[in-house]
Amino acid sequence: MSDFKRIIAKRKRQDFIFNIIGILCTLIGILTLGALLVDLLLDGLPRLSVGFLTHFPSRFAEQAGILSSWVGTLLIMIVTAFTAVPLGVAAGVYLEEYARKNWVTNLIEINIANLAGVPSIIYGLMALGLLVYQFRLGQSVLTGGLTLAFLILPIVIVATREALRTIPQGIREAAYALGSTKWQVVRHHLLPYSVGGTMTGIIIALSRAIGETAPLITIGALTFIAFLPPPPLRSQPPFVSFEWLSSPFSVLPIQMFNWVSRPDQNFVFNAAGAGLVLIVVTLSLNAVAIVIRYRVRKRIKW
Amino acid sequence: MNEIPALQHPVAAAADQASGPSPPTTASAARRLSRVKERVIESLLLVAAFSSVAITLGIVGTLIYESSFFFAHVSLKEFLTAPLWTPLFSDPRFGILPLVMGTLVTTAVALTVALPVGTVVAIYLSEFAPVTLREVIKPALELLSAVPTVVYGYFALQFMSPLLQRFIPGLPTFNMLSAGVVMGIMIIPYVSSLSEDAMRAVPMSLREGAYALGANRIITALKVVYPSALSGIVASYILAISRAIGETMIVAIAAGMQPNLTADPREPAATITAFIVQVSLGDLPHGSIGYQSIFAAGITLFIMTLIFNILGYWLRKRFREVY
Repeated sequence: MSDFKRIIAKRKRQDFIFNIIGILCTLIGILTLGALLVDLLLDGLPRLSVGFLTHFPSRFAEQAGILSSWVGTLLIMIVTAFTAVPLGVAAGVYLEEYARKNWVTNLIEINIANLAGVPSIIYGLMALGLLVYQFRLGQSVLTGGLTLAFLILPIVIVATREALRTIPQGIREAAYALGSTKWQVVRHHLLPYSVGGTMTGIIIALSRAIGETAPLITIGALTFIAFLPPPPLRSQPPFVSFEWLSSPFSVLPIQMFNWVSRPDQNFVFNAAGAGLVLIVVTLSLNAVAIVIRYRVRKRIKW
Repeated sequence: MNEIPALQHPVAAAADQASGPSPPTTASAARRLSRVKERVIESLLLVAAFSSVAITLGIVGTLIYESSFFFAHVSLKEFLTAPLWTPLFSDPRFGILPLVMGTLVTTAVALTVALPVGTVVAIYLSEFAPVTLREVIKPALELLSAVPTVVYGYFALQFMSPLLQRFIPGLPTFNMLSAGVVMGIMIIPYVSSLSEDAMRAVPMSLREGAYALGANRIITALKVVYPSALSGIVASYILAISRAIGETMIVAIAAGMQPNLTADPREPAATITAFIVQVSLGDLPHGSIGYQSIFAAGITLFIMTLIFNILGYWLRKRFREVY
C-alpha cells in the first residue's frame, strides 16, 4: 500500500516539476518582450520630443529627426493598403464563394500557401528586377508600396476567407430565396457580416508591413533623405497631384537600421527613439486588432 | 450657396438606379443585363485571385532571369564548391558556401532555442495551464512575432551581445550566437501557437484513456498527445526553420557582414540575406556582376525555403490525423 502511495506521490511530483518548467519557458518569451521594451525606453525615451518628429535626419545626432522617414512610412502604407485590401478581399471572396473545385482553384490555393512562406527579402529582389528595372517604376514610393502589398496579400486573402467561412450557409440560402444574385448576396450580406474578421486580418497585415525593412532596402530605398515628397494637395487646379508616388523615400525601420549600425553612441540612442515609435505603432495596431476580434466574437452569435 | 438635390420618391429613385443608364423595355432585358453584370464581376474576382499566381511567376521568373546572367559568368561548380565569396573584390570569387554556412549556423542556434522552448510552452498551454491564463498568455506571446525585426536586431546588438559577453570571454560584438538566440526567441510563438492548436485538436477521449490507465498529465502529454499531434507539430517546426533561414534584419545588424566559412557561432559571419542587404545598401549599377550576384544568392535562398515549405505541405497532407 505504501508503494502505491509512493508511486502516486512521484507522479504528482513529475507533474509539479513540469508545471514549473512550463511556466519558466513561457516566461522566457514574456520577459524578453519586457526586456526589449525597457531597453528601448531607457535608451530612446530621452530622445523623443516634438523636434525628433519634425526634423530631418542630420550628421549631428542631437539634431537628427525622423520626419522624412515617418512620412515615407505613411505614404508607403497608403499605397500598400489601397492595393492589397481590394485585391486580397476580392481574391478571398472568389476563392470562398465563387470558385469551383477544380485544378485552377487548387493551383491558386497551393500557390497562396507557398507565397506565405517566401522570405520577405525575395519579394524585394522580385520588385527590384521587375518593378524597378523592367516596368521602370524607379526606386519610388509606388514601387515600395506595391512590394509590401504583394508581401501581405496572402495574409489578407486568408483572413477574408476565414471571416467568410464563419457565416452560416443559411444566410446565403435566405438571400437566394428572396431572388438575390450571387453578387448581391456577397455585397449586401457576406461582406458586411465578415467585416470584423477581415479588418482584424488587414490591420495585422499592415502592422507587419510597417515593420518590414529588408524588401525596401533591396529595391533601393534611401537611408538618408532630407526632403519630403511633393504634397498630394495643391492650391492650383487640379488640386490633387500624384507626383509623390514617384518620389524617392525612406521609412522608419530603414532609418533605425541606418542609425543602429553607426559607431557613435548618440546615433544608437536615436535608433532606440525610432524603434520606440515603430514598436508603439505596431503594438497599438495589434491591440486594435485584438479588440476588434474580441468584440466581433462577442457580438455575433449565429 | 447650397444646392438642394431634387427630391425624389425613394422607390422611384431605386428603380432608376436598378435600370441603369439605358432603361430596358422588358423584364427579360433587365435580367440579361444583370446576368452580364454578374459575369463581369465574377471575372474581375477571378483576376484578383489569379494575381497571387502572377506574383509567384514574377518571383520565379525574375530570380531565374537575373541570375542567368550571373551563371553565364560563373560556373555552377565554382558557385557550389569554392570556399570564398568576394564578388565585389577586384579579384572576385563566387563560392556561396560561406553564406550558406552563416545561414545554417544562425538557423541552428535559433532552432536550439525555439524548438524546445516552443514545444514546452505548447504542452504547458495545451495540457497544464488554466483556460483563463492561456487566453492571456497566447496573445501576449504572439506579440513577440509582431515586433519589427529591425527592433530585434537592435536588441541583439545592444542587449544580448553585451549580456553574452559577460559569460563568454572574448566574444566579439558582432557574432552569430546573439543574433541566433534573439531570432530563436522571435520564432517561439510560431512553434508554440501552431503546436498548441495541433495538440488541442487531439480528442479528449485519448487523454481519458491514458488517465484511466493511471498515467499522469505529463506522461499523457508526452506519450499520447504529442505523438497524436505530431504532424501539426512538425509542420510548425518546419515553418520555424523556413522563417529562420529567411530572416534578414536581425542577422544583418548583429551577426556581422563578412562572409566567413565557420561552424563556430561565436564568430561573426554574413548570411545569404545579410549579403543581399549589404549589397543593396551600396549603389550598384544595374547589370553589374555585384547586382547579378544578389539574385544568385536570392535564388539559393528561395530554393532552400521552398524545399522546407514543400516538405511541410507534404507532411500536413500525408500525416493529417483524422479522428
